[in-house]
Amino acid sequence: MNWSSVSEFFAMGGYGFYVWGSYVVTFICIVGEILLISNRRRTLEKQYSLIHDLNKKRDKK
Amino acid sequence: MTINWFKYSSPASFYSLAGKMIPIFVFASVVLLVAGLYVGFFVAPTDFQQGEAYRIIFIHVPAAWMSMFLYVVMAFWAGIGLAFNTRLSSMLASAIAPTGAMFTFIALWTGALWGKPMWGTWWVWDARLTSELILLFLYIGFMSLQAAIDDPRRADKAGAIIALVGVVNIPIIYFSVQWWNTLHQGASVSVNQAPSMATTMLIGMLIMVLASWMYSIAVILKRTRVIILER
Repeated sequence: MNWSSVSEFFAMGGYGFYVWGSYVVTFICIVGEILLISNRRRTLEKQYSLIHDLNKKRDKK
Repeated sequence: MTINWFKYSSPASFYSLAGKMIPIFVFASVVLLVAGLYVGFFVAPTDFQQGEAYRIIFIHVPAAWMSMFLYVVMAFWAGIGLAFNTRLSSMLASAIAPTGAMFTFIALWTGALWGKPMWGTWWVWDARLTSELILLFLYIGFMSLQAAIDDPRRADKAGAIIALVGVVNIPIIYFSVQWWNTLHQGASVSVNQAPSMATTMLIGMLIMVLASWMYSIAVILKRTRVIILER
């Protein structure tokens, strides 16, 4: 074990800003990418269900 | 029994296969990520020269490797799509580009945050850093070119040409540390000599590399499925 306390872990031997700056930004990128894809998919599904509904209405007439 | 090897090159059957495979890769990437971070932060010792700052390596190196590797894979599929007119190959290439660009950005970002405490500067215009920046521009160029063309098949072809021409940059990045004098250190891991770091550091890094592989596969399959739906 390298760390004797939680604050020591976050301090990273004085390099906390650089180490956590790297990890946090990477985390944001990954979460952002996943959200962007699911958002892209949701928009698409909405469009398709809209078209589907319109077709149903037209078929009824 | 004959197996139809081309079955999954049709977007429709690929779509359902990818849907089944995504959870497996998501699971693998989460497990590997947790294991890699554990080894990286709690098992690997403090570096005798760089102190704790070296722990950036556990994302910097995997991200940099993925940025180069994904580019080659993207160019390969784009080239196959261009040569054989296969739709799915071109869709895969378009699905890889954003993830590759993200890893390139992460490699540059973590490199800057590592460079500041170790070299005393965020950025230098040296061979390794500059060629990696060019890689980012290649990804962005590929994506914006494809986005600018309305007809998806024409966009595929135009993108494939950029991707294939840009491949020349990959060996430049890789060998830049040998060809020029640069601030960036040489390869830490190579085939024909013992790695220049502690075993636990190396293991942590390799687990993180595997995790980013699994992550990339999951995300790229997910994006390919969306692209199939879009067309």
